[in-house]
Amino acid sequence: MSRCQNVSRREFLKFAGFAGSGLMLGALVPGWRPVMAQTAGLPGELNLFISIGSDDRVHIVCHRSEMGQGIRTGLPQVAADELMADWNKVRVVQGMANEAYGSQNTDGSRSVRHFYQTMREMGASARSMLEQAAAERWQVPVSEVQARDHQIWHDKSGCSLRFGQLAEAAAQLSPPDKEQLTFKSRKDFAYIGKGLKIVDMQAILTGQAKFGIDMTLPDMLYASIERAPVLGAGLVSLDDKQAREVKGVVDVIQMPAQTIPVGFTSLPGVAVLATNTWAAMQGRKRLAISWQDSAHGQHDSASYLKTLTDRVVTKGRVIRSVGDAYSAMMNAVDTHSATYTVPYLIHAPMEPPAALARFKDGEMEIWACTQTPQATQNTVAQQLGIDKSKVKVHVTLLGGGFGRKSKPDFSVEAAFLAKETGKPVKVTWSREDEIQHGFYHAISAQYYEAGMDDTGRVTSWVQRTAFPSISWTFNGTAEEPSDGELSLGFGDLPFALDNLSCETQKAEAHLRIGWLRSVSNIQHGFAIGSFVDELAHKLNREPRQMWLELLGSDRLVNPKPEGFEYTNYGDPLEQHPIDTARLKKVLNLVAEKAGVEESVGQHEGWGISVHRSFVSYVAVASRVRVKDGKLKVLEMHCAADAGTVVNPDRVKSQMEGSMIFGLSLALMGEITLREGKVQQSNYHDYPVLRMPQSPPIHVYLVESDAPPGGVGEPGVPPVAASLTNAIFRAGGKRIRELPVSKHMEV
Amino acid sequence: MIQFNLNGKDVSVDAEADMPLLWVLRDLLDMTGTKYGCGMALCGACTVHVDGQAQRSCTMPVSQVAKKQVKTIEGLGVDASHPVQQAWAQHDVPQCGYCQAGQIMSAVALLEKNPKPTDSDIDEFMQGNICRCGTYPRIKAAIKTAAGKMGEGS
Repeated sequence: MSRCQNVSRREFLKFAGFAGSGLMLGALVPGWRPVMAQTAGLPGELNLFISIGSDDRVHIVCHRSEMGQGIRTGLPQVAADELMADWNKVRVVQGMANEAYGSQNTDGSRSVRHFYQTMREMGASARSMLEQAAAERWQVPVSEVQARDHQIWHDKSGCSLRFGQLAEAAAQLSPPDKEQLTFKSRKDFAYIGKGLKIVDMQAILTGQAKFGIDMTLPDMLYASIERAPVLGAGLVSLDDKQAREVKGVVDVIQMPAQTIPVGFTSLPGVAVLATNTWAAMQGRKRLAISWQDSAHGQHDSASYLKTLTDRVVTKGRVIRSVGDAYSAMMNAVDTHSATYTVPYLIHAPMEPPAALARFKDGEMEIWACTQTPQATQNTVAQQLGIDKSKVKVHVTLLGGGFGRKSKPDFSVEAAFLAKETGKPVKVTWSREDEIQHGFYHAISAQYYEAGMDDTGRVTSWVQRTAFPSISWTFNGTAEEPSDGELSLGFGDLPFALDNLSCETQKAEAHLRIGWLRSVSNIQHGFAIGSFVDELAHKLNREPRQMWLELLGSDRLVNPKPEGFEYTNYGDPLEQHPIDTARLKKVLNLVAEKAGVEESVGQHEGWGISVHRSFVSYVAVASRVRVKDGKLKVLEMHCAADAGTVVNPDRVKSQMEGSMIFGLSLALMGEITLREGKVQQSNYHDYPVLRMPQSPPIHVYLVESDAPPGGVGEPGVPPVAASLTNAIFRAGGKRIRELPVSKHMEV
Repeated sequence: MIQFNLNGKDVSVDAEADMPLLWVLRDLLDMTGTKYGCGMALCGACTVHVDGQAQRSCTMPVSQVAKKQVKTIEGLGVDASHPVQQAWAQHDVPQCGYCQAGQIMSAVALLEKNPKPTDSDIDEFMQGNICRCGTYPRIKAAIKTAAGKMGEGS
């Protein structure tokens, strides 16, 4: 049976090998208190659950999507540790869309951050029930028994019983209250903090791992869809005669018209359905379509960027204020200002969006590489008018996500076509589709200005940002970044400043705007990281010293009393404060490990930057050589404080990946539009980092007892600035406009 | 009907002559280990061996492999026992895993041709294989480990 098998609860019972026996444990939201233990087969809404079969196998459900971050290993290893299970007897079961799980939106670097404690509680609850069952079996006080190595032991008598022998009896018990649970202490962890190998390793290495694009059903049709080239453009006319003549083409179907707001709905277009993907693609090339004009048909990204850079040099809407930044700026002995820009970007995961759907007996069943099965369920139900209870969503492995697969439009397409044809339909996006019809990372401009006194102390700070908001995608009206977007490395500026003004400017949207790994932290991290380096240069400080001066004393920063509705990645500041000491710690660590203040070779330079995002802290140091107009990135160092770490090897691999992702976008990432159309189409004109451009990377994890922070995204924001700062220090120009490839050969 | 040998077994497929090998493998033969990434031989996700040479199956018409030996990831080592697969596991290379079949097939082809590749040999040979998760440093390390092991075996 495939490791990425998705099962409903009923199927889960079969899968787990139950024959009316065994322990299943679940938690109802909200609060995650384990409330239910049942013998298999009884009804009941179970949630995150652990089951133990009489064969000793422990099945742990992973309700979050696997896209390379290792979550199908990480969350189960937390539960298994508290359970004191033998990892070799653990099997991971992928959860289907089910709101009873709580959020399944695998986005925002939240999986471990928000479910670490839950998984510990699940493991501890199951262990407690097994211990209780054993104590009753032996007629001894429960305080005399303990779990160890997949068994319950009574050391006084030397008795032991395997988990499987106790599972059925344990399932008859009431689960313990959360308050009664006992947890392992850190020193006793068997799996938490260990670099366990990913559970899908063997399947990946042998080509057996199943991604969304790999799913098949008997008699299914393969679809390729020609979509409107400009947002908002509808179809005027269609001639599909030649398309239908292609061998293997079965049908041509017009997709539904666009709705505004666009949300997660499907784009207008024409689908060609065939007996294989190639025939569908060939048929599609022979469609003759004319499209309407659209209000967005004049969008030109170059002139739009100019508009944004013009806007950010004038005062905008103040979102956070300390003292009187404008008076202080007037009184400053010296000032420095700069404007930074980042273009539109697209995700380009190796697996393009793909989904398979089947509509049978009024029930829609979907298999998709989705980061968000629940939004898939909801959007399909809404757009196609199917009751939500009749929409089942299986989650496959994801061949990369980076935020693209948080948007279920591709599953809606498959579902629509399955409903229209009555046959199973797999929609496969081509690379061109993925690059030209995505949800784009917003184009942006940032303006920073600092005023200094005669000692070089920064006495005033003004910063502005402008970019089309993701909110527009969902309301069709937003013309300014939201508080949530401004919370990503902008309104949460952690500097000790007597006078500060954080402002936004207007920016209307002309295409679907969405999340891309670390979201607005990309532009904000680039801008702040660059500007601090510029100040360091101007004031003749070591960059690290400049950062330390601006960060000021060790303290917890709270932007809320200063007028900003800071969202802190959905977590309370009490639990995850903005801690300048932790910022300084990773900064100092990376500076010392990398040796950024030591001498470098000719034409070489170090650049550093540090950024807090997703409640984690990451500092990056890059060393580059710039010679004859050509750039070589020689090495990168990354220090990360992500709080408590579950699987250090996977955290390291995420940081390595973040360095490469950040480097790729900073060096070469650029989507441009003319007349409303995306100009790029594939990896030749939307290049991404390749092995010869990939430097040696060194990752240092800070040991921490703090609650787990985000891991998948926080590595990205400091990369671009560390790179452009290094280029400047190596004798190159100060790059304020990404990507770097606009300025030199990369 | 076009006939070729796939992972040691003779197969024949009823496909248009210009259908790329990739789609023949995936859609007609249900061998989905070989991946689509770009359709233009730009990313290497579809890499297979044709008569021992690494080829991008997304741009290779199936007619070109008639009577030839095709090896895919499924034919490399079903128990992941190939030294390259073992080195991949040792270095915990995969993240999402999607590009890894192509990476592994390229690495095997490299090592069969050049058992002791230098860093620049590896860069040059592997630059056609994109990984968006950023596993390049570990791929490079794993290739060096596998080179040592394959060297011991010969």
